[in-house]
Amino acid sequence: MKKLKINKNLKDNLITYGIIIIAYVIMQIMIKTGHVSSLMQGLLVPLCVYIILAVSLNLTVGILGELSLGHAGFMCVGAFTGAFFSKCMQDIITIDILRFVIAILIGAISAGIIGLLIGMPVLRLKGDYLAIVTLAFGEIIKNIINVLYIGKDSRGLHFSMKDSLSLGLDAEGTVIINGAQGITGTPKNSTFTIGVILIIITLFIVLNLIHSRDGRAIMSIRDNLIAAESIGINITKYKLMAFSISASLAGIAGVLYSHNLSSLMATPKNFGYNMSIMILVFVVLGGIGNIRGSIISAVILTLLPEVLRGLSNYRMLIYSIVLIVMMLFNWSPKLINLREKYSLKRLFKKPKEVQ
Amino acid sequence: MSFISYLINGISLGSVYAIIALGYTMVYGIAKMLNFAHGDVIMVGGFAVFFAVSMQGLPTFAGMLLAVVLCTVLGIAIEYIAYRPLRQAASSLAVLITAIGVSYFLQNVALLIFGANTKAFTSVVTIPAVKLANEQIIISGETIVTIISCIIIMTALTLFINKTKAGQAMLAVSEDKGAAQLMGINVNRTISLTFAIGSALAAIAGMLLCSAYPSLTPYTGSMPGIKAFVAAVFGGIGSIPGALIGGIVLGVIEILSKAYISSQLSDAIVFLVLIVVLLVKPTGILGKKIQEKV
Repeated sequence: MKKLKINKNLKDNLITYGIIIIAYVIMQIMIKTGHVSSLMQGLLVPLCVYIILAVSLNLTVGILGELSLGHAGFMCVGAFTGAFFSKCMQDIITIDILRFVIAILIGAISAGIIGLLIGMPVLRLKGDYLAIVTLAFGEIIKNIINVLYIGKDSRGLHFSMKDSLSLGLDAEGTVIINGAQGITGTPKNSTFTIGVILIIITLFIVLNLIHSRDGRAIMSIRDNLIAAESIGINITKYKLMAFSISASLAGIAGVLYSHNLSSLMATPKNFGYNMSIMILVFVVLGGIGNIRGSIISAVILTLLPEVLRGLSNYRMLIYSIVLIVMMLFNWSPKLINLREKYSLKRLFKKPKEVQ
Repeated sequence: MSFISYLINGISLGSVYAIIALGYTMVYGIAKMLNFAHGDVIMVGGFAVFFAVSMQGLPTFAGMLLAVVLCTVLGIAIEYIAYRPLRQAASSLAVLITAIGVSYFLQNVALLIFGANTKAFTSVVTIPAVKLANEQIIISGETIVTIISCIIIMTALTLFINKTKAGQAMLAVSEDKGAAQLMGINVNRTISLTFAIGSALAAIAGMLLCSAYPSLTPYTGSMPGIKAFVAAVFGGIGSIPGALIGGIVLGVIEILSKAYISSQLSDAIVFLVLIVVLLVKPTGILGKKIQEKV
């Protein structure tokens, strides 16, 4: 019985990886044969970023069961530390791929550390309070980066919170992080291939975590905190574990994001709470706790505005209506009863399980 | 002297936050949900006044009345269509996402009707500014009206909740829905009433906010909405005096840190204070501690 279960998980995971790889191969063939518009090609790396973000947030929201509205903040940390490293080391490490890999590691580690630091005090709170505090932290991170100035010259690094002049740089010194103007001239290392590799790494980490002993402990905290505590599960440790892994994966997404742009700024649009909410929408619409669902909904919701481009002004209106209707349809007890009564659900569910 | 004028500005901004926070706190107390669309009801109130007064040339009073009525109806409708079906839902996240959907919806409807350009809002306040201490302190008419309205609203709401039957019903529903129902209270109607009051207050807050900061876009409501929510949490969500304290403290901190520390960091400071308060007192300043049952 147990063996069967593990096999089922493995099969399930392989299907998820398979979908990604097949989608990647199809996409590559289409690019080679010239069937993809340049607009669409420009969307591929952001798509990978959003998928990683959705999967990593699902770890906090779906598996740990805590609502986080500050995910964009961790992405922001990853994006800036990664881009900072790449900019500093541009002349020293000339092999692009090596530098980028180190940048990703640095982004992931620093976002993970920030996640750990924030998580330690914050995870004592519950539910909506936790949500609002994570939102607050996300905004604080964004605001601090907006007033941060870092420059480099022959004497080393200089920091300031005022303006670029107060850095006191040499004649040859360069300003790397220029406050609200952010980082300009980050090497453009992000490619679709690297994005897909990072997605697979993310999936590998998250899926293996879920099906491990630690993952089961994390899920038991979600299902019943008091029961989990009473059987000796270290609540703080597992909460922090899930939260910081989720943060560091968001950091990876941030590095990928920053190396796709020539100028990186921390604006409310890309790192504000709206971004966090958008990622949350991916997760909830794809199914809370369902990793494959997150991927699919991230792809659909990122591509949908492009598909609806002809409806320009109405597309976000349609998006919001679809969101409300989907939520009502999926969660309203009355509608769920109605659906079960006509057993459409069972009909739909069977082929899904075979898949 | 400038400190006193900053302080008065802070109290004024805080009064607006407090009025918005009341809506959050009442809805949370009763329906146990974060109404993310509340901030956008503020924006609708602002646009209703703008539409009536600046576009149709109606008198200011008519515009204000229209805004309050429209927002009240809107609040009831949102609750009925989007939130009520999900009240018994398995996950509280569902209603949160629906609220986000409603928020997007309101923003985009406003975007389609009025466009993305910033509109200049004509102040609804006609009282002249008051000058004190050899004109070193100037208190604008908007500031006076905002603070006075906040006091009136707070008093009226406290009286309403403590002295009337409907108010007592609200308290009962927020305490225990099932028991309230058994006592013959119509829970659905009470929740609708809460949304109606909250949205009417949001309309008033929208007018005051746009009078003090006269620029109106479809996204005007979202940041004040978030800050007011922070104020509600800060004061202890579910508590009406808590919303007042939270709002005022937040407004004063924001204005003072803008004036003396850094205008870019003021939001960060506001949020930092919230975090510190919540870590020391996890249910806010005036929040009740609820013992968890196993």
